Amino acid sequence: MELVLSIAIGILVGSGTWLILRPRTFQVIVGLCLVSYGVNLFIFSMGRLLVGGAPVLSKDGTIIDPAAFPDPLPQALVLTAIVISFATTALFLVVLMAARGFTGTDHVDGKERDQ
Amino acid sequence: MIEQNLLAALILLPFAGSLLAATVAAHARNAAAWLSGTVMVAGLGLLAALWPAIEDGGAVRAHFAWVPSMGLNITFRIDGFAWLFMVLVMGIGLLIVLYARYYLSPKDPVPRFYSFLLAFAGAMSGILLSGNIIVLVVFWEMTSFFSFLLIGYWHHSATARDGARMALVVTGTGGLCLLAAMLILGHIVGSYNLDRVLAAGDLIREHPLYLPMLLLFLMGAFTKSAQFPFQFWLPNAMAAPTPVSAYLHSATMVKAGVFLLVRFSPALGGTTAWFWLVAGVGITTMVVGAVIALFRHDLKGLLAYSTISHLGLITALAGIGSPFAIVAAMFHIVNHAVFKASLFMAAGIIDHESGTRDMRKLSGLWKLMPFTGTLAIIAAGSMGGVPLLNGFISKEMFFAATLDAQDGSSLDLALPYLATLGAVFSVAYSLRFIHTVFFGPPPVDLPKPPHEPVPWMRRPVEALVLICLVIGVLPAATVGPYLHEAVVSVLHGDTPRYSLDLWHGFNTALMMSLVAMAAGVALYAALARRLPEGPEGPPFLHRIKGQKIFDRLLLLLSWKWPRVAHRIIGTERLQPQLRLLVLLAFVGAGWVLWGVARMVPVITWDGFDPVFAMVWAVGAACAIGAAWQAKYHRFAALVLLGGAGLVTCVTFAWLSAPDLAVTQLLVEIVTTVLLLLGMRWLPKRREEVAADRLFMAQLRRGRDLVIAVGCGVGIAAISYTVMSSPQGPTVATWFLQNAYTEGGGTNVVNVILVDFRAFDTYGEIAVLGIVALTVYALLRRFRPASESAGMPEQQVIQDARDRATEGRELGRTLHDYMFVPAILMQWMFPVTITIAAYLFFRGHDLPGGGFAGGVALAIGFLLQYIAANVRWVEARLRILPIRWIGFGLLIATATGVGSWLFGYPFLTAHAQYIDLPLIGRVPAASALLFDLGVFALVVGATILFLIAIAHQSLRSARVRAQEEARLAEAEEAAAASDAAAPRPATEGV
Repeated sequence: MELVLSIAIGILVGSGTWLILRPRTFQVIVGLCLVSYGVNLFIFSMGRLLVGGAPVLSKDGTIIDPAAFPDPLPQALVLTAIVISFATTALFLVVLMAARGFTGTDHVDGKERDQ
Repeated sequence: MIEQNLLAALILLPFAGSLLAATVAAHARNAAAWLSGTVMVAGLGLLAALWPAIEDGGAVRAHFAWVPSMGLNITFRIDGFAWLFMVLVMGIGLLIVLYARYYLSPKDPVPRFYSFLLAFAGAMSGILLSGNIIVLVVFWEMTSFFSFLLIGYWHHSATARDGARMALVVTGTGGLCLLAAMLILGHIVGSYNLDRVLAAGDLIREHPLYLPMLLLFLMGAFTKSAQFPFQFWLPNAMAAPTPVSAYLHSATMVKAGVFLLVRFSPALGGTTAWFWLVAGVGITTMVVGAVIALFRHDLKGLLAYSTISHLGLITALAGIGSPFAIVAAMFHIVNHAVFKASLFMAAGIIDHESGTRDMRKLSGLWKLMPFTGTLAIIAAGSMGGVPLLNGFISKEMFFAATLDAQDGSSLDLALPYLATLGAVFSVAYSLRFIHTVFFGPPPVDLPKPPHEPVPWMRRPVEALVLICLVIGVLPAATVGPYLHEAVVSVLHGDTPRYSLDLWHGFNTALMMSLVAMAAGVALYAALARRLPEGPEGPPFLHRIKGQKIFDRLLLLLSWKWPRVAHRIIGTERLQPQLRLLVLLAFVGAGWVLWGVARMVPVITWDGFDPVFAMVWAVGAACAIGAAWQAKYHRFAALVLLGGAGLVTCVTFAWLSAPDLAVTQLLVEIVTTVLLLLGMRWLPKRREEVAADRLFMAQLRRGRDLVIAVGCGVGIAAISYTVMSSPQGPTVATWFLQNAYTEGGGTNVVNVILVDFRAFDTYGEIAVLGIVALTVYALLRRFRPASESAGMPEQQVIQDARDRATEGRELGRTLHDYMFVPAILMQWMFPVTITIAAYLFFRGHDLPGGGFAGGVALAIGFLLQYIAANVRWVEARLRILPIRWIGFGLLIATATGVGSWLFGYPFLTAHAQYIDLPLIGRVPAASALLFDLGVFALVVGATILFLIAIAHQSLRSARVRAQEEARLAEAEEAAAASDAAAPRPATEGV
């Protein structure tokens, strides 16, 4: 489980990093999305992995055994991270569109590279 | 207690007045003047009320805790010295308010002037009354800032702007040095409390950091008080309106520096370094300032350099540092403020009524303005040190102080001679002021015929000149007791015997006065004819312009060097920047983790789940595929990206994070739609970019591949190491144990978001709202690239088919193939709303919550936009996303503020369950209300993104229509006449 998830995080971040170093805006935006998946999973995995539970308590007021629950804090952090990365993706998309409109190219520098 | 409240009121009053004055209508100058005058009078009243408490060496202190853990308390204190200074600030301030009312033109925005002036007076009071040296620096910088606004009041004039900027740069830099000095001082003493710092003189002087601290401290004081070599900003600040000059350069601003020197002299002074630096710089400034003042032709220029010279005198006294010198310094602070304020005002009257300040043009004004002339002559006499005027007494005390043996060094021996030399020039320039302006032949060629000003404009000058006379004749009876309190408060037990009498017998100081007087008259007599022909400034020296050096330095620092640095290390290209960032992160992580023993993971196959591995085999293939295809096959890349997102979502669900899975799934939908909408505006790319085949390009890709693989392997190694090592006790235990009992919810993640860490969430939704508004604002001015402005290819094909078929209306094809999905989507609308509400309400106890519910509702609206065209939807559905955003933020804020009403900190949640008929027991935590705010804001923001982007199609259709109309028109015009002039492009939308 841990091994698979680690490799998955590595592949997501690796693919994303490759893309954010590319010259076209669409590549960069896809890259940022991939990196954010990887990073979200990474933060989430810092609370260790637990299968078959949920950070939802019962209402009968029994003594709570923390070991029976996943760590809720990374989950809360990742939840906000998902929403914020959505917002920044939208912002980047708009900047991308505006830059494309103003400069006529989809190169990240607003002009084609001089060869 | 009552005194402490009075003190707090004294601090707050000018700022409150300033805010109020800022709200007064721009033409209501009487209202603003009355308001400001009232503030100054009230300030004086408060000072009078405070006097009994500080009499006999007392002091009033008021404490307000700020950051107690760091020793930062906002402490204010008023003692005799601060009191005396405050009377000057408020008293002269009152006269300035009156004067400015008649000086400023009705065309100027007068209330703004008074607002700045009051704020400046407040900042100055803050310096005088701060009992904490950090707070003092805050007020210190505030005076720099407000003086910038005041000097630049006539912002349409370039000289005013330059002068204001120079004053801000010089005094602001000094303020930063002062901050550093105060931090060191606090470190040495172990407290930022002014009382404790002043009492720790021996500790400070013996500390190894004394000298660097002193240098920084003096940088602050010297820049503010325009001491050599920082004097150049002050004459440039004369571009300010005269009331500003009269206030800033007599009682306030520049006096802040000497205030600091005098205040700290018992703690920092008494060393050789202090004597040489402070007395040396002071006496140099005094002589240089007096010499330059004599050669200036501009009235205000003469007064500016005279101010520099007198500040040098006070600085020199602080440098000498003997108790007697401190007394003289305080006395001269008062006297200089009084006569210099009146002289500036008189110069302002002359300028106002005759239209010029050039002494080469002014002449014989006494006959035309006898009252103003008399007043100015008396004040100038005080400036020159004529007996029976206040300037004479303190100047004689200065002479006496320079004679006191200090350490027998060369500077000490030279002091009396340099003092006399400065005084000679001082007499000469005072004489020049009086002689050229008021005597001689009647003036010719003045821009305006000079006459007396309105009486109320002269009243402030009359009041000040009266004070000059009264103090000059009866010093001990008038200013004596107040000066005594000021001296006691600074020197404590060390108070020297001094007398404020006029006559001390024929002593050396009197001899020096007489010599200076005689030599000054002789000097002026010798130079009087040649001065007007000379350059603006003394021979030779006028070529060295501080301003030019400053400008060059500023140019070097803010333009040339950055350009060089930019050329060498900077790039405007994004790729190298990102590469550098990625590499920095990689190297930084490697640095931290290098050689950590636990970083050697032992790979185990425990808990290996083949199904999970298969799922991620798909996910990994999607991620790599997206990376591979994103350049030439955007749509494929988007689908693959969605695949990777779905696998992530499955992972969350698998690993006990249902909340994340829900949110990720919903956000995934919205993101995909957004990117689809955005893709329409990107250029088509069918052929390979030729340059990609080049060897260099392949090399770059190879390098980036190595970086990407390195990063991927690195983060995989780190996460595996962490995941395979046991987790120690964490804060999670606390959250789990208290979520239900304290937060009233069983979904711990949601309770953390809306209760325990609600403030973070509050910040986050604010960011979300800001981003949404930014998107909206950016797209308002959006222009599609010309090649993307046309209709999308698919639509063109569809329309062509409709046109080709007889009897088929345009858009039929689109309508037909969307028919079934559209109906489904429209029917699903209420269902989506119900799901959103369900997700929202269960959020506190079960997976869901405001974020998920909000995005779900937004998807409901989004589906309507997909199902039909934008116009159809908006004719039936009025969505006001910006209101949703505002509403959400307001609810969240109101919930947070609501807890104040019950005496709890911001955003404290209250949880309970209430029984509703039919529905049963429902949670009614105040956190639910907060979550409602989150919900509304997320709905608004998400819809605003989508609508703003979706509307671009409408807009480009409009642009297209305009373009076609223009072309048609141009063709017609071309048909009409052969010479069809090209029209300017239509500015659409």
